[in-house]
Amino acid sequence: MTLRAQHAPLPGKKGRAEGTFYWRYVMEPWLYLSPAIILIGLVMLVPLAIGISYSFQSIELLRPMNTGWVGFENYGDLVEDRKFWKSLRNTLWWTFGSVGFQFALGLGLALLLNTQFYGKRLIQPLVFLPWAVPTFLSALTWAWLFNPVIGPLPHWLAALGVLSEPYNILGDPDLAMWGPIAANVWYGVPFFAITLLAALQSIPGELYEAAEIDGATGWQCFTKITLPFLAPMIAITVMLRTIWIANFADLIFVMTGGGPANSTQILSSYIFTTAFRKLDFGYASTIAVALLFFLLIFAAILLAIRRKLVRI
Amino acid sequence: MARIALKDVYKKYGAVEVLRDIDLDIADGEFIVLVGPSGCGKSTLLRMIAGLEPITGGEFTIDGERMNEIAPRDRDIAMVFQSYALYPHMDVGRNMGFSMEIRRSPAADRTERVAGAARTLGLDRLLDRLPKALSGGQRQRVAMGRAIIRDPRAFLFDEPLSNLDAALRVEMRLEIARLHQRLAATMIYVTHDQVEALTLADRIVVLEGGIIQQVGTPLDLYERPANRFVAQFIGSPTMNILPAERSDNGIAIRGGPTLDLPGIGGTGEVANLGVRPEHIDITAPGQGDLTGVADVVEHLGSDTNIYVDVQGVGPVMVRARGNVPVKPRESVGLRLLREHAHVFASDGVALRA
Amino acid sequence: MAVLRKPSPLRVAGKYGALAFYVAFALFPLYWLLKIALTPDQLIYSEGTKLWPGAATLENFRIVLFQSDFLAYFRNSVFVSLTTAAATTLIAAGAGYAFSRFHFRGKRALVAVMLVTQMFPLLMIIAPIYKIVAAIGLLNSLTSLIIVYTAFNIPFATFLMQSFFDGIPKDLEEAAMMDGCTRFQALRKVIVPLTLPGLGATLGFVFTAAWSELLFALMLINSNDTMTFPVGLLTFVSKFSVDWGQMMAAGVLALVPSCLFFVFIQRYLVQGLTSGAVKG
Repeated sequence: MTLRAQHAPLPGKKGRAEGTFYWRYVMEPWLYLSPAIILIGLVMLVPLAIGISYSFQSIELLRPMNTGWVGFENYGDLVEDRKFWKSLRNTLWWTFGSVGFQFALGLGLALLLNTQFYGKRLIQPLVFLPWAVPTFLSALTWAWLFNPVIGPLPHWLAALGVLSEPYNILGDPDLAMWGPIAANVWYGVPFFAITLLAALQSIPGELYEAAEIDGATGWQCFTKITLPFLAPMIAITVMLRTIWIANFADLIFVMTGGGPANSTQILSSYIFTTAFRKLDFGYASTIAVALLFFLLIFAAILLAIRRKLVRI
Repeated sequence: MARIALKDVYKKYGAVEVLRDIDLDIADGEFIVLVGPSGCGKSTLLRMIAGLEPITGGEFTIDGERMNEIAPRDRDIAMVFQSYALYPHMDVGRNMGFSMEIRRSPAADRTERVAGAARTLGLDRLLDRLPKALSGGQRQRVAMGRAIIRDPRAFLFDEPLSNLDAALRVEMRLEIARLHQRLAATMIYVTHDQVEALTLADRIVVLEGGIIQQVGTPLDLYERPANRFVAQFIGSPTMNILPAERSDNGIAIRGGPTLDLPGIGGTGEVANLGVRPEHIDITAPGQGDLTGVADVVEHLGSDTNIYVDVQGVGPVMVRARGNVPVKPRESVGLRLLREHAHVFASDGVALRA
Repeated sequence: MAVLRKPSPLRVAGKYGALAFYVAFALFPLYWLLKIALTPDQLIYSEGTKLWPGAATLENFRIVLFQSDFLAYFRNSVFVSLTTAAATTLIAAGAGYAFSRFHFRGKRALVAVMLVTQMFPLLMIIAPIYKIVAAIGLLNSLTSLIIVYTAFNIPFATFLMQSFFDGIPKDLEEAAMMDGCTRFQALRKVIVPLTLPGLGATLGFVFTAAWSELLFALMLINSNDTMTFPVGLLTFVSKFSVDWGQMMAAGVLALVPSCLFFVFIQRYLVQGLTSGAVKG
């Protein structure tokens, strides 16, 4: 060992203690994880549990005397609440309307971007740009576009004969939902395009070359290679996105506030307005638990379908 | 000084035992090669010695000092990785001097040692380059330079040559052999290439299925393989294995003649006869021990490989010195050299006279 | 000899037509925002729906910047977003590193919990969060927003960082450990320098997310001093809903930081989003 005296010893204490090695081996990951776990636990999981407990209580900040455990009373109110059932129907409309258009347009964009064309380096960032726009701003911008005073859309729609005269569709209970959906589609297409483009780029090029040598046409390449390869990615993306959009209240809250006459009220915006405007935390939490319940059912169905598809 | 000893060492991932009953004594300055097919546990064993993988049980010592719980940095061992693992954001000089940088050695000392190592490895003019601007062989040298700079008590090599092309591999193999002669340090080298093992090793450790099959000098393994696995793994082309039965005074090839092999006779137990291709002579048809038809003939210049189909016995490969004028579909006789024949019992263990 | 099929001119035209549609669809609303912001007040009503303004002025921007509270909102938002981004990236880097490099009991469960937090309605916890924040006296404080945003963004940022760490060979830190580093030293001296692009991308994603958040900010902040940009803008809109030019000028200003970060992270977008988790 004397031969090695030329080396300066390693700074820091030596881990010679018996068992330290194993202790470190077991504990080290938790050391790196602990800030994340603590924050998620305290800011998300604990409030989640509290939130569920709120749904069995009456907590109205505007009526502080009226506080206490009420059992399933809130849930009873919920079943009777016509606004709740209407919000549920609106949630379906909102979610599937948005996801459908986002997916169709996003897939088209991804397929286009996966080809070579002039000016691609410039066009790609431009078409992705809406994704970077803050949601509140997307909402305001589209609300303004639909406003006949300063926006062109009502005039164009009237010129096309869709509207009898240029008025604000956000004020029309029959059409209002299309406003937030349009904003959501605009905002969400880049997301689908980005995810699907990444999946497209992971398909090995040799597959297409082999198919071409075998004499496949472009359409055959698409249905026999592209779609099967994309399918898992599509399934996951659509599922996560559906859940995300069902929870996504910002656009509706800013554009219509759920109105007119609750025609655009979805469950998540109903939760927010109940908590924010009425300060009725108990009932807001009850709606939230209901929403969570529906989402769980949706996820379970999708997972079951996916398992079936994977087996084939 | 570095005497490395492993005693009853084993390794488990959950319930799966990947290494067991590892007993190995490595003398100071010895060059040990761990060899075996992929998945045999040789890399895991090396990583356990390095400290990158915890040892589940048993004891691992260096110079009598227990090392199981010591962190890699305190083991004073250097390792050359298969991927070289050069730090992409540091130039060659800093890559090589990194271990001294971590130990806060004086800068002057560091520069001097880096320069020295670079000279030895022919890297003097590349010290300012980033790894991505180096060729494969140069990267390999930097990885070796990084190891020798610290003058550690032992070197570990994890398949260091497998990413090089054939010519460079031979060159770097010589380089490593020279390095070992010069430093006289303990080296442990993992490879799946038996040529590297045979050329470099003082002793070879053959691993298979997480168990040491045999430890010995290259010649030991070639001449006296402990079992059928070692016999077929060491030596190229692979040893011929012919099904046989032990008889009174020798061994009877199934579908063929009986060879007199004193001392290993028996009473009809199933066994296998092993003969290396280079231990079979070509004779005229009908002479020798077996007769067959040449199937494929490969002329390598220095040698000729002949694949012979022996009726009733099966294919036998022969490697003859020089250029042998045998043509495909020609009948040939084969004489098996008795003094180089191996017999393996049905469980694979070698039988000796 | 094979003859390379040349695409028909009709298909080429169709392709560029489709691309033009997407570009117009993506840019038109933003163009309109900018257009109204630049139109002088007296022209807004007379030519409100014309595609090109008859005259342009920076007056609206001047008013927004110097005669309103928007500069303060802007500062608050920058502070909240930057702090959130820095804290989240640091914490997520640790967690992502642990996920990438260690196998340990409970890892799968932890990953599952993090995935679930990405899916359950965050609005579910808006009431409890409000009560907790009120109880510890942090209503109207930017600190509460930073803590809440940091926690919300950790799961996604963790998966993103994990994907970046996964791209760095494990050999490198093992080599560093053989060279005498502790694991933490190896992380600091070898892994972190190589992950800088990933850290930058994560920083950008989190910044953008924090910059856009509206509902929790609305709930937790109602004093004018601590309003973030979205809350400020929304308050302005509901109070002075006819100052179109000024509102849109403020909107354009809100767009600036997001776009800067977008340009910065654009490069990592495709790679980062797929290998990480999936989030808006």
